[in-house]
Amino acid sequence: MYKIAVMGDYDSIYGFATLGLDTFSATGDHEEDAKTLRRLADSGYGIIYMTEALAETLQKEIARFAGSMTPAVILIPGVQGDTGRGVASVKKSVEQAVGSDILFGNQ
Amino acid sequence: MAGTQVNPTRMELTRLKQKLQTAVKGHRLLKDKRDELMREFLDLVRLNMELRLKVEEGIRGANRNFVLAKAGMSEETLRAALMAPKQEVILKQGSKNVMSVDIPVFDYDTRTADQNDIYSYGFAFTSSDLDGAVHSLAEVLPDMLKLAETEKSCQLMAAEIEKTRRRVNALEHVIIPETQEGIRYITMKLDENERSTQVRLMKVKDMMLEDAHKYSEKQK
Repeated sequence: MYKIAVMGDYDSIYGFATLGLDTFSATGDHEEDAKTLRRLADSGYGIIYMTEALAETLQKEIARFAGSMTPAVILIPGVQGDTGRGVASVKKSVEQAVGSDILFGNQ
Repeated sequence: MAGTQVNPTRMELTRLKQKLQTAVKGHRLLKDKRDELMREFLDLVRLNMELRLKVEEGIRGANRNFVLAKAGMSEETLRAALMAPKQEVILKQGSKNVMSVDIPVFDYDTRTADQNDIYSYGFAFTSSDLDGAVHSLAEVLPDMLKLAETEKSCQLMAAEIEKTRRRVNALEHVIIPETQEGIRYITMKLDENERSTQVRLMKVKDMMLEDAHKYSEKQK
């Protein structure tokens, strides 16, 4: 049994609490946020949705979970609009697998 | 065969031949694995992109609604309204094996079956915009879970494809040519040894015949 977490600035994520997902507000302090992410990963969260803005600051920590099945760290746009990092991450995996982005190159 | 030294013996030759056979077979298998993984990956990643665009659009819409809802009521009321959620999502995770890559399969259950449990507040003090906002977010949730599943699968498969491609390349461009070179070297060396032995034997035979029959003296 896994749980689902949402991480990001309060304004972007408070709505998810009503759906029954656990929300964790970002503190803005890099160390603190990284610690929260690690704690979530260790305590049975299968999916962690994270705003693109927060993910920008936690790239290294997120990369650590790339090889394992859980948790899946999935980027979502925040309330300030999206930075395009979510789409970029899909393109990145195409690039990794194919060698160059032949599918979404012009999107 | 620059740099590596092989012993020109028959045993080494047999060993290398066996190695070549395994390498060729492995290369063929890995190439098939890579092609199949790639096929699956391309399908999955297209779905991934489709879902991502859909989810991002949905969340953007929900965020807009939440901003509107927030504008219509005080911060405290909003926080109080969302403080104690009634609903809870329980995630069940299975796994599926695609060409030796374990990819996750997510399934979810809500704690209560009632769909209206997402409205965790009394309707008296909150604006109706909030209901709309919560509803729009709830509509995105199934796609968000599907997105998590496909995106993670894509990442795992991409990593596996990269690894397999490296292996295929290493076999094709390094191991197989090196082994073939080794085999050629040993065969040539053995042939050379055989020729030199033959020549030596012929020479010895000549000398023995010369000893016995004294051809050179008779010719005089």
